[in-house]
Amino acid sequence: MRSYRGRAVLTALPLKSVVQRSAFVLFVGAALTAMILSRVEVRLVDNVRGAISDTAAPILEFFSHPAASVASFVEDFDELLVVHEDNKLLKMQNAQLIKWKAVAENVVRENEDFRKRLQMVPDPDSRYVTARVIADSGGPFVRTILVNAGTANNVQKGQAAISAEGLIGRVVSTGSRSARILLLTDLNSRIPVVVEATREKAILAGNNTLYPKLEFVSSSAGINVGDHIVTSGEGGVFPSGLPVGLVTSVEDEASFVQVHANLDRLEFVTILDYILPGLLPNTIRAGRIGPLK
Amino acid sequence: MRTSTWIIQADHRIRSLTPFVTTFLMVLISALPWQIASFASITPAFTAISIYYWSIYQYLKLPYYSIFGLGMLLDLLTGIPLGLSALIYLLVRAVLNSQRTFFMGKPFWIVWAGFAVVMLGVSVFGWVVNSLYFSAFVAPLPFVFQCVLTILLYPVISFILSILNRNMLNKS
Repeated sequence: MRSYRGRAVLTALPLKSVVQRSAFVLFVGAALTAMILSRVEVRLVDNVRGAISDTAAPILEFFSHPAASVASFVEDFDELLVVHEDNKLLKMQNAQLIKWKAVAENVVRENEDFRKRLQMVPDPDSRYVTARVIADSGGPFVRTILVNAGTANNVQKGQAAISAEGLIGRVVSTGSRSARILLLTDLNSRIPVVVEATREKAILAGNNTLYPKLEFVSSSAGINVGDHIVTSGEGGVFPSGLPVGLVTSVEDEASFVQVHANLDRLEFVTILDYILPGLLPNTIRAGRIGPLK
Repeated sequence: MRTSTWIIQADHRIRSLTPFVTTFLMVLISALPWQIASFASITPAFTAISIYYWSIYQYLKLPYYSIFGLGMLLDLLTGIPLGLSALIYLLVRAVLNSQRTFFMGKPFWIVWAGFAVVMLGVSVFGWVVNSLYFSAFVAPLPFVFQCVLTILLYPVISFILSILNRNMLNKS
């Protein structure tokens, strides 16, 4: 039986290798075509990505719960070891924060009052949706995440995504129930920012490392280590003043920024629906954030 | 009698899906957000381990079209340039087509060493193509970490796969 099978395999082998080789060429060709298409026909490939992500979203969402549980279990155990010190620290911080809360409320009232006196144009509407992270980049190629909210939740391409600590990136493609967010650290991420203290403008460019770079700075004199970097709001897609990170190093050629948000530990993100008044015609805005006030 | 033949056939079919299903699970595991510090960018190439293993021991049950489909799915879910993983894993499979007979029946450490060489190739190739695709110098360090981590993880995953191979596929 065995020798018969052996002989049969031997005779079939050349034919099989021809078929296999042509299959290999065919699929390698298809993969290369897909790569070229994703460069040339960005919109088409985005739509396909959106559709597939939508289909996979429920499955990923289902599995992302246990993944998060495993992560939080490890974290819980870590935290248990330092719970006493943490408690002391938190009580101290709480006392300080209560004081700051009173100050902040006072400032808000004062600001409102000043705005009224100056007859200032109110800030544009900014609505938001919070979504669960259901997939990440899974390797060294890109820095993106997939979230379980899409066009059905008013998520649009270009919108800013934030976590509790600050900006994390922007929406690059959407399905109806899922959206992909390009993180600040990705090679293709470019965000208009400003140094909070000196108002020095720059572009925050990702480089696939933990520390994105400040580009197009007019003079590095306006940047110091420890400076706060916030969004400048230029281009009107992002609200201005969203916290981004701190300058960690200033060199002659480049300055680098540590992002506030912990991009490794994102479980939920908030996507801001923000349109600057007057930037887009009313017809486009209608239905998204309602009529102009 | 006929029913039992039907059941045996169905059982055989389902068992023969093991390589595909495990590789599919590896794709999902790669894509899931594990929320471990710095893990996302150096997530081990679980899919590469699975494809390497099955390409040696059960190559007929993981044909080119399955590998292409799974590679494309990984690209679509994780945002990798579309077609890149598919291309890499098709090449892994093609390399093993010519080397399979060499690895069959060899001790574990030789198969592991073979995987280390393949994974090194995968990382270098992936880095070069990724850099060309974005026309930029992509940070190479995460590729090094991913490569090392994947090689170190190979024994564990291949052990699990070998249990599945013995119980799901070789029994019948």
